[in-house]
Amino acid sequence: MIGLSHYLVLGAILFAIGVFGIFLNRKNVIILLMAIELMLLAVNMNFVAFSHYLGDTAGQIFVFFILTVAAAEAAIGLAILIVLFRNMRTIDVNDLDHLKG
Amino acid sequence: MTLSMLNLMPALPEIFVLSLACVVLLVEAFSKKPAWSYTLTQVTLVGAGVITLLTAGEAKVYAFNGMFVDDLMADVLKLVSYAAAVIAVAYSRSYLKDREMFRGEYFALVLFAVLGMMVMISASHFLTLYMGLELLSLSLYTLVALQRDSKVASEAAMKYFVLGALASGFLLYGMSILYGMTGSLHLTEVVEAIALNNTALLAFGLVFVVAGLAFKLGVAPFHMWVPDIYHGAPSAVTLFIGSAPKLAAFAIVMRLLVDGLHPAVEHWQQMLAIMAVLSLAIGNLAAIMQTNIKRMLAYSTIAHMGFLLLGILADSYAGYSAAMFYVITYAITSLGAFGMVVYLSRAGFEAENLEDFKGLNAKHPWLAAIMAMLMFSMAGLPPFVGFYAKLTVLQALIGTGWLWLAVAAVFFSLIGAFYYLRVVKTLYFDVPHASDLAPSGEGDVRALLSLNGLGVLLLGLAPQPLLALCAYAIQVSIQ
Repeated sequence: MIGLSHYLVLGAILFAIGVFGIFLNRKNVIILLMAIELMLLAVNMNFVAFSHYLGDTAGQIFVFFILTVAAAEAAIGLAILIVLFRNMRTIDVNDLDHLKG
Repeated sequence: MTLSMLNLMPALPEIFVLSLACVVLLVEAFSKKPAWSYTLTQVTLVGAGVITLLTAGEAKVYAFNGMFVDDLMADVLKLVSYAAAVIAVAYSRSYLKDREMFRGEYFALVLFAVLGMMVMISASHFLTLYMGLELLSLSLYTLVALQRDSKVASEAAMKYFVLGALASGFLLYGMSILYGMTGSLHLTEVVEAIALNNTALLAFGLVFVVAGLAFKLGVAPFHMWVPDIYHGAPSAVTLFIGSAPKLAAFAIVMRLLVDGLHPAVEHWQQMLAIMAVLSLAIGNLAAIMQTNIKRMLAYSTIAHMGFLLLGILADSYAGYSAAMFYVITYAITSLGAFGMVVYLSRAGFEAENLEDFKGLNAKHPWLAAIMAMLMFSMAGLPPFVGFYAKLTVLQALIGTGWLWLAVAAVFFSLIGAFYYLRVVKTLYFDVPHASDLAPSGEGDVRALLSLNGLGVLLLGLAPQPLLALCAYAIQVSIQ
């Protein structure tokens, strides 16, 4: 029987993969965007699991909003990525080192 | 649910700003005169101020089925946010014109950012809090990237975006755990549920929420983004980011930690204490090594936000109102300091290195005097307002028995005084730099800048009205 804790563990694992993806990835900015998306989806998993467990729909409605915001966020992230590529001719995370002090 | 339960009246300023932000977008599309957007933006902000003033009251009014709250603390913070936005937009005008950024996008994004702040300030539900935060953050990411041909600006925007999204992820994960533990998204119900059932899993969720908030406030150890973004963003955008959003960040910390999670105070108090000391140490020590004034002010922001946390963690009415006073006066001072950086820049030249300020007194004694006043205030010297801000926070801290924290705060502030005074030394005693500064701004901007500098002095000479207002607002707004 799959219970609440299974969903929570899966959510935690996905969230951890997302966070590590942001910190360990040194190559490609697009992978960062994917990692961010994974984090938000892990949160959605948590919300839906809790919402079902509590019998309260508010959590599922929250998920709709997170999905919408995540879409807007991805649009802005990709737009910034294009500006970045135009200026730098690269999207390598290691090359983002002009700001230091 | 009926329409009357919605009770739209308390959200009137938000509705007004939203409608006019959309109008600004349309005006930009149909007329090719950005000056119209500029005027309309200022009118919108002033109009929102008038509406907020007219509807302000002591009573706590809920709207949208308890998702939105309008209390005196919200009214005061919103009014200061509008004022900060008006001043920031006015300072930025000629800077934007010189760099071909004087377009409707800037004004629409500023208005949406202000709307996001207003929603954050009035949030009493996890959903409104998150939506306000994202509206503010997404507008700010875009504003940073507005200078499309600049390498550093686009790099700063990317860093801001990734770290900001990470912070939102942390905050959301924390919220999802809290939702599971308490069964509600309403802060008023969350606080009741926690009071009954304070479990270990709750502390787990709390850690994520506090980490997310710390990212947004820019306190150590989650401060890495602040110097890079302040440095890389166009100065006019740094000016905006450094002022009004701090008020909103203060508001969400109050709403989440004090309104929503107060029964878990002993958990978050410890975390805030550690973060405050770390921010004071890192902010003040790293600022000494900077040669870029925007970067230096960014580290100084980290230290100031540490001070702000000290007021909140004192966990008393005195502490909260001291923190509110601190954030309001910091926003005003920071507006002046970044305003000066913007004012002294002109087409093709950024007055952003400390070197550029060498011997400013010889050519522009009045500007040098204003800058010196702002620096004295940030350092916390009497009779400037920064002194009273620090003093009230320290009083509140000692009042609740956090003596060691107060001692640490004073110690690091003393170290911090060094780099502020170094700016004053640069202004007055150094030989003028070869590339002489030619202020580009118009007369009204100069007058506003003077008013800003004098305001810091005046608030320092007579801090009582604002102190009393903060104390009263906190008392009627926080249960």
